[in-house]
Amino acid sequence: MGTSPETRPLIELEGITKTFGEGPAAFQALKGVDMAIESGDFVAVMGPSGSGKSTTMNILGCLDVPTSGVFRFHGIEVQSLDRDQRSLLRRRYLGFVFQGFNLLARTSALENVELPLLYRGENKAARREAAMRALDQVGLAPWASHSPAELSGGQQQRVAIARALVTEPDVLLADEPTGNLDTERSLEIMELLTRLNGEGITILMVTHEEEMAQYARTIVHFRDGLVERIERGKTRVAEQA
Amino acid sequence: MFGMFGATLLLAFREIRRHLLRSFLTTLGIIIGVAAVITMVTLGNGVTASIRDQISSLGSNVFIVFPLRGDREVIRPFKEDDVEAVAKQIAGAEEVAGSVSASTTAFHNGADWTTSVQGVNNAFLRAQSIDVEVGRPFTREEESAGKNVCLLGPKVRDAIFVPDTSPLGEEMRLGGVSCTVIGVLAERGQGGGPNQDQDNTVMMPLKTVQRRFTGSDDLQYFVIKYDSAYASSAIQDSLIDLLRERRLLQEGADNDFNIIDTAQVNQALGAATGALTAMVAVIAGISLLVGGIGIMNIMLVSVTERTREIGIRLAIGALAREVRLQFLTEAVVLCSLGGLAGIALAFVLSWSLASVIDVPFIFSPAINLLSFLFSAVMGIVFGYYPAARASRLDPIDALRHE
Repeated sequence: MGTSPETRPLIELEGITKTFGEGPAAFQALKGVDMAIESGDFVAVMGPSGSGKSTTMNILGCLDVPTSGVFRFHGIEVQSLDRDQRSLLRRRYLGFVFQGFNLLARTSALENVELPLLYRGENKAARREAAMRALDQVGLAPWASHSPAELSGGQQQRVAIARALVTEPDVLLADEPTGNLDTERSLEIMELLTRLNGEGITILMVTHEEEMAQYARTIVHFRDGLVERIERGKTRVAEQA
Repeated sequence: MFGMFGATLLLAFREIRRHLLRSFLTTLGIIIGVAAVITMVTLGNGVTASIRDQISSLGSNVFIVFPLRGDREVIRPFKEDDVEAVAKQIAGAEEVAGSVSASTTAFHNGADWTTSVQGVNNAFLRAQSIDVEVGRPFTREEESAGKNVCLLGPKVRDAIFVPDTSPLGEEMRLGGVSCTVIGVLAERGQGGGPNQDQDNTVMMPLKTVQRRFTGSDDLQYFVIKYDSAYASSAIQDSLIDLLRERRLLQEGADNDFNIIDTAQVNQALGAATGALTAMVAVIAGISLLVGGIGIMNIMLVSVTERTREIGIRLAIGALAREVRLQFLTEAVVLCSLGGLAGIALAFVLSWSLASVIDVPFIFSPAINLLSFLFSAVMGIVFGYYPAARASRLDPIDALRHE
């Protein structure tokens, strides 16, 4: 993939702008974002609401395209891909974790985790095996047959993480993953993410909680549609473990 | 790919089961439409078959001629010399035979039975393809002398004779006339007219019935069996000319007789069936259109309800066509289930209605299969727009949807 993946960063944003609406009602959410993320990094994106951090995450997640600028992922210029091509990129390289968990209701944890494999065309046995492995990774194997309603918030988020992991993605995008959880569960989730990052997965996380951001190696601060500053090479709270 | 499709199918069934009542109400239009079509076609086939059966009991290549009033004051009946003239002068006429009948009561050994006595000659039996199963037909001498001999319809034999004994040679009484049984007719079933049982009859020589029952040498009607090598219209034309001449009708005066051509009745029946089919098609079209709109409506509701689910699927990498396929599959499964329910309902309805109106139940695999396929196609037609709408959702908006 791409021209020379060893020398290039995994993710490159150059002059990214995003404008919503047209004419006098137009709103420029991003005003020229430049950023590079190396493979294996753990990035926390912070900033007040309206600063453009969610818009950036949507673009990084290939869910949205910038109005102008270049977004390279594995050297691929994502801004020129169509909807289905971006879907294929997501199913191959990306895993998503949302604030609201976004599990399918009335569907078992196992089936939720199997879902991305279904779109990859894996057969039933392979889906089951990989999903059980992913659930085991997040410590929920015994709850495989439970539906989301039967699980706690923390457990639901771990199912969601298992679903994101099951395809062995390069990048895990987490949008306020602890936003709906109490502190104890939040810390558990952060420990889990840190462990996964240690296993080689690049993690991009949006958060507004300083405490959660301290788990990241890199913190990107957004303000008014621009990157305000980037803290790199931090010593992480989890690294004493 | 099958794993994907199998899973999609499973999901469709699960969604339908989850909203069982809603799914049932939604498909009701299709169920009723399909049931109505199949029931009407099945009953139509039964009615047609039963009418054709009655017509074929009149014999094929047969004209039935009976007098009408026309422009005159009174009906002028045909006589035996009309029959003879037709037999002699109409080319292609193979058998010509007159008939009279009267209702009467048959008595034997203390048992009695309401029936009718029909005066005919052997030529009539041949023209109408009536077989004598046991015994023999009339002799020439019995016909010309008007002897008191009779052929029993099977119903009459069963009604007044001891089972498993031969009635041949037995004496019985019809009204005030006694006669000797010389034969039993083969079973013919319903026919000859509405609610007429052709097996509930006793046949005696024409002369005997004219003399002892109707009291005149009038004929009620006569039949002509013609050679199928001749065009029926040509025979009919020359028959009309001959009869008008014999009945001294002026040019321009209406025919004071009627000729029924069994072949024509068959054609008319075909036309009537065609009209019925067209009517059924219109009714089916309307009810299925209404049903289809119901499907589209509920699928749109379903897409709205499951916007978030669609967002999740898109986010984890579902292609637009995969989301479309999912909802299309659901609509097709829903409609197909409706079609199956309609087929089951039609089976029960047409089976019971057929026995109520006393026509044969003729199961038509073609119309059942066609209805099923049609309901599945309706799923595609009416499910396409909602499915396309689901596939066009923006994943970001869909995920935010409450």
